[in-house]
Amino acid sequence: MDGQPILEFKNASLRYDQTWALRDVSFSIRQGETRVIFGEAGSGKTTLLKAAVGLVHLDGGTISLFGEDITARKESDLFPLRGRTGFLFQEGGLFDSLTVGENVEYPILNSQAPDGHKQTNGEQIEAKVRETLRFVELEQTYNQPPSALSGGMRRRVGIARAIVTEPPLLLYDSPTAGLDPITANTIMALVAKERDVRNSTSLIVTYRYQDGEIMDDFRYDPEQELLVPLIGEQSPKRNRTKFIVMKDGKIVFEGTRHQMNDSKDDYVRNFIRHEE
Amino acid sequence: MVSFLKTWIGSFQEFLLLSGRAFTNLVRSPHYKDDIYLQMDIIGVGSVPVVLLTGFFTGGILALQMARALNTYGASSQVGAIVAITLVRELGPVLTAILVAGRNASGMASELGSMKVTEQIDAMRALATDPVQKLVTPRLIATAVMLPLLTAISDTIGLFGAYLVSTPLLHIISSSQYWSTSWQALQLNDVAQGLIKPFVFGIIIALIGCFYGIQTSGGTQGVGRATTSAVVSASIWIIAVTFVIDKIFVAMYSY
Ligand SMILES: Nc1ncnc2c1ncn2[C@@H]1O[C@H](COP(=O)(O)OP(=O)(O)O)[C@@H](O)[C@H]1O
Ligand SMILES: [Mg+2]
Repeated sequence: MDGQPILEFKNASLRYDQTWALRDVSFSIRQGETRVIFGEAGSGKTTLLKAAVGLVHLDGGTISLFGEDITARKESDLFPLRGRTGFLFQEGGLFDSLTVGENVEYPILNSQAPDGHKQTNGEQIEAKVRETLRFVELEQTYNQPPSALSGGMRRRVGIARAIVTEPPLLLYDSPTAGLDPITANTIMALVAKERDVRNSTSLIVTYRYQDGEIMDDFRYDPEQELLVPLIGEQSPKRNRTKFIVMKDGKIVFEGTRHQMNDSKDDYVRNFIRHEE
Repeated sequence: MVSFLKTWIGSFQEFLLLSGRAFTNLVRSPHYKDDIYLQMDIIGVGSVPVVLLTGFFTGGILALQMARALNTYGASSQVGAIVAITLVRELGPVLTAILVAGRNASGMASELGSMKVTEQIDAMRALATDPVQKLVTPRLIATAVMLPLLTAISDTIGLFGAYLVSTPLLHIISSSQYWSTSWQALQLNDVAQGLIKPFVFGIIIALIGCFYGIQTSGGTQGVGRATTSAVVSASIWIIAVTFVIDKIFVAMYSY
């Protein structure tokens, strides 16, 4: 868990017209770690994820991605770094004009592989797309347009598209918002599975405290093919999940789940699931 | 007032920036050929029916009005010539452009606008694709190529509509006289104006439609606003630019 951070914000600030969406945000994340980001609507969570890959530009501070300063980079110079990042948009962000299969295929066809071996053949690509859709349990939707899918299914296709090139860094914007608890848990299981199968680094924006608990308490067991609790297990997989709480563009809390549970701040405590 | 001006200048700058990028992408790869053909089909082929209908009736109306006016001067035989010049130089280009603005500037604004508010444009950028290259440039090429063709179609069918009014309906002029006078009336500079205008209008329509689309914010309501603004502002620009082009041609040929 040591070495260079994969992503690092230093005193990042960003303004849309009058509103400051990010204020003096600093944090960093290393390979294999997870950050679960909470915060009320409009607190800057989406902006933070977008800034991480240069989709929006800072008015102050710096961001480095894979060890490279991206703060003032030209759009086209960001493409190789974005190729190593998977992004799930809040509503999936699927292209309406393409089928589900074509959506998932898009990053493969478009990937600017740094080692130059760019295109594999059509059959291999289709096999990879189908495998990834199977991973999110939606292979049967291959030829359908995204508009034919439910919200939860679109998010799962969005996840498939984000992970299909096996990027080392994954940014998930509200993967469970507005979904029923069962679908939400299925999606979080996929997120945890992706992390544990590939040891990828993840930032997860969510409203649900359970999502954080899943990331913190469970690991994916490839033999049983399901999530198993980490309770009592002593493994390096413990403590690689940290929680961040945002308010008005500021990070008002960063720490482990235990620290969050112990927080005295009412705003932070809002996001903790209260036992009924 | 000052703040309004500031916002306006600000968005005009953004517009110029987008236009610049759309044009530089013309000579930059990757070229999305499939998108260009698709847009040509939507904008060009898709507009043919409305262009045929309005062109035909415009020609007919022109002939009706002109026949009456010319009759008072005993110049009915000039009907073909007048209709040809008016259609080819002015009405054909402007009417076709306004129609295509209504159909396609709105179409582009609403399509790109919904892509914007559903984060598809961000997704495109996150997947290492330049949205200007993928979305704006193909629409720019397609409209700039198709609008002159549509205008030529509109002019032709308009002349035909005028012919039907002048000859079979009003019998003010013989068939061969109609076609030969209208053909002879057209000078090179009329035809040049008649094709340069729609080419420029095509660029205006595509850039304005895409600009309002890409700038959309504020959810589905924003998409509605973007669509309306795109049509209104494209139409105004079309009329204003017509004036400028006319002025240039008048200055050039007034010797
Ligand atoms: N494109 C935009 N233009 C203007 N203001 C925006 C834009 N996007 C977000 N904002 C504002 O920035 C703040 C943070 O937004 P966002 O990052 O989307 O928050 P969250 O994802 O936590 O709900 C909000 O006040 C929001 O209204
Ligand atoms: Mg958000």
